[in-house]
Amino acid sequence: MVPLPGVPLLATPVPAGFPSPADDHAEERIDLNEHLIAHKEATFFVRVAGESMVRFGIHHGDLLVVDRAIDAVDRSVVIAVVDGDFTVKQLCRIPEGVLLRSGSATHSDIFVGEEQTLSVWGVVRWSIHQVWSCPETLR
Amino acid sequence: MPRNLALIDCNNFYASCERVFNPALEGKPLVVLSNNDGCVVARSQEVKDLGVKMGVPWFQIEHLAKRHGIVAFSSNYALYADMSNRVMAILATFSTSQEVYSIDECFLDLAGFERRGFTRYGQEMRSAIKRWVGLPVCVGIAPTKTLAKLVNHVAKKRPQFEGVCNYNEFSAGEIDALMGELPVGEVWGVGSRYAVRLQQMGILTVRDLRQAQPKAMRQQFSVVMERTVSELNGESCLDLEEMASAKKQIMSSRSFGRPVYALDELAESVASYMSRAAEKLRRQHSLAGAVQVYIRTNPFKEREPQYSQGMILPLPDPTDDSRQLVSAAITVLRRLYKPGFAYAKTGVMLTEIIAANQRTPTLFDDVAGMARNKNLMLAVDSINQAYGRGTIRLAAEGLNQPWKMRAGRRSPAFTTCLSDVVVAHAI
Repeated sequence: MVPLPGVPLLATPVPAGFPSPADDHAEERIDLNEHLIAHKEATFFVRVAGESMVRFGIHHGDLLVVDRAIDAVDRSVVIAVVDGDFTVKQLCRIPEGVLLRSGSATHSDIFVGEEQTLSVWGVVRWSIHQVWSCPETLR
Repeated sequence: MPRNLALIDCNNFYASCERVFNPALEGKPLVVLSNNDGCVVARSQEVKDLGVKMGVPWFQIEHLAKRHGIVAFSSNYALYADMSNRVMAILATFSTSQEVYSIDECFLDLAGFERRGFTRYGQEMRSAIKRWVGLPVCVGIAPTKTLAKLVNHVAKKRPQFEGVCNYNEFSAGEIDALMGELPVGEVWGVGSRYAVRLQQMGILTVRDLRQAQPKAMRQQFSVVMERTVSELNGESCLDLEEMASAKKQIMSSRSFGRPVYALDELAESVASYMSRAAEKLRRQHSLAGAVQVYIRTNPFKEREPQYSQGMILPLPDPTDDSRQLVSAAITVLRRLYKPGFAYAKTGVMLTEIIAANQRTPTLFDDVAGMARNKNLMLAVDSINQAYGRGTIRLAAEGLNQPWKMRAGRRSPAFTTCLSDVVVAHAI
């Protein structure tokens, strides 16, 4: 059988030569989705605007990984709904109710009395901060 | 053995999705509008309470909207589809068998979960969905799909059930009384057309239909109506359809934002819809063997000249390459196009779809070229995935797309585009 010039007889390349000694030890590459997202159906991303949480390592423009499936406990950093707006704060239980604490000396805390309802939208699990920051990617 | 099926349905799905990402709208009247912001396709409870009906044109209720502060959104299908996928994935964990019936409802077979108590189990589903994705749902549990649909409706309308209505918990007398109160049109599969005919026969309520003779119903209507009667009597005739199989046809069509006369603009729209269809085709790892295109004027403008035509073009070799598919579609469009008409809509369809690995290689395959094309399409899809649909597109799709559907009130793609995610204030 004479192959036509320029037309390959086999459509898939055939591996030849000595097999890689590393093949047997190959593992899946690290996937940040797996590492950062515990409940993928309940996880949402939220962008930070403002500097009131810097003490928690959360800066303006950071991307938060927010999980709605886990319970907010004392000292969780949460996305709370205050006056219809999303706010990122630390939730602190105090005898009189709940304190939404800021992470900066220049920003005030919000007190939520027992008779008021506090709406926690989700719990912040990670903050993704771009170290080499180029301003136009920040919002 | 009697079955136990659950039908889970999201309440005011589109409107509820908007609220999850816009909590200021909680308690406010809200509607979602259809393509081109024409008609109301979803209403929050507050809007239903104002007496606004499904499907009314937006302009007819604009005065009402002003008076009551109704907020209107364009349909944000990217958001609704993602939220739907989340809901369905969560519900899938509650059963071994699921039928996704529509974007906002699914059936589950509860066999094997008896010990937990079905009503409580339904409550667990409800709180899981509310908590994980913020959406309210109602659950109907019954031995047949038709009954599960019916009691789901009851769960929605009657607050005393707290969102979960379990048919098995009623006595025979209670079922009879309940069905006597529900009009026959509420039954799944009985459309408004059948409802009128049934009413003429004296069948007014669900109870009347349940007591009808199945054989007689088959003669006067169809085997479907016979099954409905059997299902209302607790005899399961309809199985769960667990599909998730790859689609055999892929469609993409939209109405224009304004009438279009020029071939160039029609070609842009066809190229744009075909690119979208090709993207869907690649996502399910398939190839299309034929391309169909249709164009039409607006049939509601009866006084204007009307034209509507479609055509199929078989391809020499099945493909998933946007460029080949678009070029085929435009070839068809040129054959269909007649000048002088005010076109309102174009659409494309991919048919003769096969799995990508079922393609028969030919002797003349350009293997290297095919691999290059494949990588190119892969790159296009991943760029559009990361930066939003249409970030990179064929020049044939046009730059400004002046024909494009109006969606001026659309909320951001909160969950599918990184630049659109919600903002939390740290102030």
